[in-house]
Amino acid sequence: MRLRGWRKFLFFGACVAILVWSLFPVYHMVTLSLVPESELFKPSLYVAHPTLDNYLATVQQTNYLVSEFRRQLLNSVAIALMTTAAVLFVGTLGSFALARIRFKGSRFVSSMALFTYIIPSSFLSIPFFKLMADYDLLGTKISVVLAMITFTSPYAVWILWDYGKTIPTQIDEAAYIDGAGTLQLFFHVYLPLILPSMFAIATYAFLYSWNEYLYAVLFLSGETNITIPVGMGNFLATDNPPWNILMAESVLYSIPPVILYYCFRRHLLKGLVAGSVK
Amino acid sequence: MDPRPLESLEPHVIDIIPGGVSPMPQSTTMGNLSIAAPHHERWGRKTFLGLVFCAPLILIFLVLVIYPMLFEIYMGMDWATYPAIFSDPIFIQTLWNTVLFVGIAVNVKMFLALTLSGLFNMDHWLVRILAGVFLLPWAIPSLPGILSFRWMLNGQWGIVNKILNDIGLEGYPWLVRRPTALGAAIVYHIWKYLPFWTLIFVAGRRAIPKELYEASDIDGAQPLQKFRFITFPMLQNLLLICCLLSMVFTLGDFVIIKIMTGGSPGDSTHVLATLAYRYTFQMGRIDWGVGAFVTALPITLLFIFILIKKVK
Repeated sequence: MRLRGWRKFLFFGACVAILVWSLFPVYHMVTLSLVPESELFKPSLYVAHPTLDNYLATVQQTNYLVSEFRRQLLNSVAIALMTTAAVLFVGTLGSFALARIRFKGSRFVSSMALFTYIIPSSFLSIPFFKLMADYDLLGTKISVVLAMITFTSPYAVWILWDYGKTIPTQIDEAAYIDGAGTLQLFFHVYLPLILPSMFAIATYAFLYSWNEYLYAVLFLSGETNITIPVGMGNFLATDNPPWNILMAESVLYSIPPVILYYCFRRHLLKGLVAGSVK
Repeated sequence: MDPRPLESLEPHVIDIIPGGVSPMPQSTTMGNLSIAAPHHERWGRKTFLGLVFCAPLILIFLVLVIYPMLFEIYMGMDWATYPAIFSDPIFIQTLWNTVLFVGIAVNVKMFLALTLSGLFNMDHWLVRILAGVFLLPWAIPSLPGILSFRWMLNGQWGIVNKILNDIGLEGYPWLVRRPTALGAAIVYHIWKYLPFWTLIFVAGRRAIPKELYEASDIDGAQPLQKFRFITFPMLQNLLLICCLLSMVFTLGDFVIIKIMTGGSPGDSTHVLATLAYRYTFQMGRIDWGVGAFVTALPITLLFIFILIKKVK
């Protein structure tokens, strides 16, 4: 594509603006994470004496604000993995029923999935909190995992259902003629065929719970029980938090999702709107 | 860098574009009758099997969605709540803040996304590089991004005021004044979610049949006319759905205000979710917290209803 005159000028101008807009806050986060404490209160566009001390302090838990970093990392990973496993279980079963079996109640399931996908999760937070309190689940990982399953499985079902529908029905019929039961059909025919979409679902569920703040801050308390974002939010309650260490923690916490987003961006994009909106 | 990173998206978007231009046959949603059971067993065995496979899902919906929802509505029917919260000036201001936050953030974002999708639809080496970088805000979790904004805008030590001082302007206490604190939350929202919606519109544009543009070329149409008479009408439905969906999502946003301003200065920048949190968990007024959400429920449910109608 060739551009000339003012259009070329406009095009390159827009590109530079987008570049600065997208990168500046990230650049700010990364540079601040490399700033030694002595320069924290001397704002600058570059780092005069970059240091990895903030990262070391975070990983070795030498600053009081990151004193439980490794434990919180483990909590984040555990909650994300449990959610992922549960959502895969719920999603594959549900999507199989919707895509391959005509049954009464399927409209209820698909409508509820759409409803749950759209409604803002915060609207359910107070009754959800009360429910967890009634069953004595507050403070446990299970409570957060349950909330995460609730808000991620609708998406999982829609995407897998969408994909499952495209598998020709002749495959099922052939399997039945060969004497396969429904369970065999599910495990040996359906699951292998929807495997690519399952990776997308797993990524989505993992990222959703990794990034979750509201339900984690509601249900979890105590330095050793909370997840990383809750710990980072708690920074703000102190008078003068060391922002350079906070930014080092931010960078470390952002690395897994950034990698996953770039690996699976096609699948993630595909579903978020299109899958639910179809 | 992949030149057409969104190809896989097209068929999905096509289906929500009016006119039925989809090259794919409309899928028979429930028509895939695949379990070869005798006819008289149709409702018995299949319904049983379907319900068994959906059992975990149905259980989640009943216990963790419908029950809390009904419980919230039940608690929200305590009519003494509403005179109390509506006479709280902070609540009234919060309603305005929420309207401003949702209205400005979503509309500006969608306008920019629609405009930028034209740029990202161009076939140019620079666009391909840019598309990769452009995704970064979307990929970074909320907390780190908001915290970075918060420190940038710090009145004393923030980089924004430092740059302003360097070019001879006065700094401004951005997060300590209500308009700019709300503005910061809106700017962060746009920064974070613009990439996603832009790419949705890029996919929408790519699903428009090329023949329409070729025919308009023959008629001598100018770029703006092409947008006015082809692109915009073809994207209208997608745009409406995206706006509604984004508005509902944003209506319940908690983390941006909570981390960016915490409601300060003086509880003047709360949105519904952060005020409900404050009522419930800091003031111990669970009825007020529920009341705050229930106040927004009619409009939310209306939006959801329209969306489900549009989408199904």
